[in-house]
Amino acid sequence: MIEIIKSGLYSTIQDLGRFGYENYGVPISGSMDQLSSVLSNKLLGNNDNDAVMEITMTGPILKFLEETKICITGADISPSINDNSIDINRVYQINKGDVLKFGKLKYGLRSYLSVSGGFLAGKIMNSRSMHSSITKSNKIINGENLKIKNLKNIITKRTIIKVNYLEHFKNNIIEVFKGPEFDKLTTKQKQVLLNKTFTISNNNDRMAYQLKESFKNQLDPIITSLVMQGTVQLTKSGKIIILMRDSQTCGGYPRILQLSKKSINKLSQKHMGNRIKFKLIDL
Amino acid sequence: MKLKSYNLKYKRFGESSILVEWPSIIHESILENILLFKSEIENKYLNNNIYLKNSYNSLLITYEENINPKSKISELKNIYIKIGSTQKKDFNKWEIPVCYDIELGHDLNYLEKSLSIKKEEIVSLHSSKDYRVYNIGFLPGFLYLGGLDKKIHHPRKEKPVLNVPKGAVGIGGSQTGIYPNNSPGGWYIIGNSPINLFNINKTSPCFIKPGDKVKFSPISLKEHELIKIQVESNIYKPVKTQIND
Repeated sequence: MIEIIKSGLYSTIQDLGRFGYENYGVPISGSMDQLSSVLSNKLLGNNDNDAVMEITMTGPILKFLEETKICITGADISPSINDNSIDINRVYQINKGDVLKFGKLKYGLRSYLSVSGGFLAGKIMNSRSMHSSITKSNKIINGENLKIKNLKNIITKRTIIKVNYLEHFKNNIIEVFKGPEFDKLTTKQKQVLLNKTFTISNNNDRMAYQLKESFKNQLDPIITSLVMQGTVQLTKSGKIIILMRDSQTCGGYPRILQLSKKSINKLSQKHMGNRIKFKLIDL
Repeated sequence: MKLKSYNLKYKRFGESSILVEWPSIIHESILENILLFKSEIENKYLNNNIYLKNSYNSLLITYEENINPKSKISELKNIYIKIGSTQKKDFNKWEIPVCYDIELGHDLNYLEKSLSIKKEEIVSLHSSKDYRVYNIGFLPGFLYLGGLDKKIHHPRKEKPVLNVPKGAVGIGGSQTGIYPNNSPGGWYIIGNSPINLFNINKTSPCFIKPGDKVKFSPISLKEHELIKIQVESNIYKPVKTQIND
């Protein structure tokens, strides 16, 4: 068990998503930056799909009520155990009573905490991912205790594993495919879309990232159609919306681009004010 | 039986998905064609991990791995060619009890004035039609229904209401629907259904499927309470008939 002394800004339990229920209107969800959540599990010796804690910008304070092992990847939010700072991308042994805290955000936006065997948040429709329409809460709550599987015999590497994935946080190129309505854009619009640098607005969360700049648009809405994680929509008023992990299953805005899987992970580490550039990869 | 075959567009959508598009009109025969294609693909891939979802005029096929779009598209085209000879799918028609009492349909008075149609007439127009389920989305268990009588089309509220209760039956533009859970919403509320449209504990969380039909049957406040208790104690069974047209 882990006691949540303080929940942090937005800490949520996520695996890789809830698949197979989209035609009932159920969002897929799952960890935003899956490169980092899978890495966290892998370093610890867990399965890729084991549930991890996704920590956003301001970390929680967690007290471990049992011995276990942990690993933190993704954004560097200056984690510490009993006030001794620890490295990210490294496995640590935790003793009963240890307290994990976070501090200043150094880079990225979302951190991933894995524990031996994964978090045991309730499994609904084959997934432990929290989402307000499916689970009791969409994030962890102060004072709550979280169950963990705490597998004892998993094989981990206690040394630092050399993962040079800083590029994932620093690089601002977002790779895209053409969306179903891409060809309805004018040549000029396509040029602007693919050459301009865009800024992430304050309207960004697990459901969607909206960009700050407006974009001249004459496209009419489409009959409610299908969207995916990473679909880039263009609203009537010219706003660009990039759908993220908690995206609805369908929508009526023209779908102009589709992010590559890698780029959804990359964008998940960006926050308000960060700049991005789209790069078409299916020319 | 030879079925109408449409000129479909196949588009790559990201690394792992193919989007199949039908003509951009809302029509029941297009929906049936989409659902036939969908079930043929499901039969073909049975235990493989592919995920399908449909809307009014498209079908999205998502594979677990990255795909070669050209070869997947030709595979899909081959499946589509063959569906002309398959039997049409059977659908169910569901009777959904709705209480149109003003206590639960609190926007009825407003609509009466705004549409210049008597409340009783609005209720009778709303409850005499069969609605086709085109799609489930927006919220888990939210049905996109087609077939609302033109006389009771009404624009949405300018400002969405924050707390529309579970079961609320509303009118928004040319659409009508039931809120499967408490949620914000901008539709005018004309009644409430006591039944559960979405149950997270079932392997198939919605008993209604795209392609099915829905008919609203008016009930009193007392019946609403009674059915609600039956639903909560898991003994309520919605009334259905098979349609085979």
